[in-house]
Amino acid sequence: MNNKLFEYTLRIADDSLILGQRLSELCGHGPILEEDIALTNISLDLIGQATNLLEYAASIENKQRDADKLAFLRVDKEYKNSLLVEQPNGDFGSTIVRQFLFDSFRRPFFEALASSTDESLAAIAKKSLKETKYHLKHSSEWVIRLGDGTSESHQRVQKSIDVLWRYHSDLFYEDEVDLALVSENIAPSFKEIKKEFNQHVLAVLEEATLKLPDNNWEFTGGRKGMHSEHLGHLLAEMQYMQRAYPNMEW
Amino acid sequence: MSEISLEELQKKFQNKIDKDVKIEPRDWMPDDYRKTLIRQISQHAHSEVVGMLPEGNWITRAPNLRRKAVLLAKVQDEAGHGLYLYSACETLGADREQTIDDLHSGKAKYSSIFNYPAISWADMGAIGWLVDGAAIMNQVPLCRCSYGPYARAMVRVCKEESFHQRQGFEIIMVLAKGTPAQKEMAQDALNRFWWPSLMMFGPNDAESKHTKQSMDWKIKRHTNDELRQMFVDVTVPQAESIGLTVPDKDLKWNEKENRYDYGKIDWEEFWQVVKGNGPCNEDRIRVRKKAKDDGLWVREAAMAFSQKRNNKAKVA
Repeated sequence: MNNKLFEYTLRIADDSLILGQRLSELCGHGPILEEDIALTNISLDLIGQATNLLEYAASIENKQRDADKLAFLRVDKEYKNSLLVEQPNGDFGSTIVRQFLFDSFRRPFFEALASSTDESLAAIAKKSLKETKYHLKHSSEWVIRLGDGTSESHQRVQKSIDVLWRYHSDLFYEDEVDLALVSENIAPSFKEIKKEFNQHVLAVLEEATLKLPDNNWEFTGGRKGMHSEHLGHLLAEMQYMQRAYPNMEW
Repeated sequence: MSEISLEELQKKFQNKIDKDVKIEPRDWMPDDYRKTLIRQISQHAHSEVVGMLPEGNWITRAPNLRRKAVLLAKVQDEAGHGLYLYSACETLGADREQTIDDLHSGKAKYSSIFNYPAISWADMGAIGWLVDGAAIMNQVPLCRCSYGPYARAMVRVCKEESFHQRQGFEIIMVLAKGTPAQKEMAQDALNRFWWPSLMMFGPNDAESKHTKQSMDWKIKRHTNDELRQMFVDVTVPQAESIGLTVPDKDLKWNEKENRYDYGKIDWEEFWQVVKGNGPCNEDRIRVRKKAKDDGLWVREAAMAFSQKRNNKAKVA
């Protein structure tokens, strides 16, 4: 069970870590100063979540790897984040759509995880939920603004939805790891979460005058360590210091 | 109602300044006072925003989770400072977008220190320790500046800057106590940032064209050279305490004057960088301009959206 709990915790941690890293690339480059601050803030929250979760994962594993070793010294196949979060920032619209899909998943997910029988996960979920509600409000409002803004913004954001929607099902990927923990009431089932996700996404898209793509072709694999080409580059940058100067204190 | 003469307005204004009564946005003020403040506050705002770039450059490569979070928070604070300062500038009637366009066209300046590259992790330490340290020297007296909104913005900015300075020093301290490679990295950063940090206080008093008037108006409270000396006197013992060497062969303690004597600043380099010939001037502006250009469709969308919603509200 510990192996499964470790794996499950990594999946949640890596989503926060990789998306936090992606958003941190934008610091200093936002379309307006207020958004620069908002995106950095979200990145900061996600790095904080990743830290808590990786510390917990390290304690489960109990093999003298601390949170930093887990964050910086695994190889790409050992990262268990969903494919969605590793996608490049693209334009502001695609950054927002990626965030919107992720937050729409994360809010009901943390809500459910807050009742986990695993006290550590429940506590982290409770804390993270507060932040996630703000993130979701922020990303939903921007989807509406961009969707119902100008024809250019509508087209751009619709294109981002068409491209990014194919990765959403990776968020709901479920295998023996999840199922074993669901049976112990440690992990919530994705069934209800997916329902809430769909409801929220559809309601926001409707208000934004946007729609889901007709093509329902989907990609999964992130939870098993099968990633897109993008992750390797992200890791090369993120791990640079730890790889170039191993075993040092910073 | 009798008309108050310009002379009387000027007298009243100077009276307030003399009595340390803050000047507020709706108060009468001489045009040159307004212009000086707009120039200074917008430069200050630009410095905060351009200053996000050298450090932003290392967020994605921060060596551990704690450093990444702290650096993110720090750079975010700088964006926040930029916002309050642009707002303070707006209280003087300046338009934020216009002041930003002036930055992009090269008409407005920003602190030249940000035209130096941040090429190692130790530079995150050196920037916090030296650059924010120098900024604090400059800014603490600005908390007593005669213009109310600027003074109040500075109170908040200084609190955060002192946290930044400490986190920078802590980065350098850890490196200085670390492996030989880390210590070398720290010394190299000090070598590169020391002189540009001294230049942050601006030209020598004899060469500074704005100092006297700004001091009469109590915008400025100390001269450039006074502030520079204060910075040297505080910083040299800090470097010594962690075993780093300040790269100035002429640096020595002056017992009689109770201060450090330091070597000659390369003013040719200073003016070259101010004029746009520093290592990163073009990159910094290109990146800021690109952020603004790339964001145009976003800002247009937000405007169009809010107009649509207003119209709907009116119809309803």
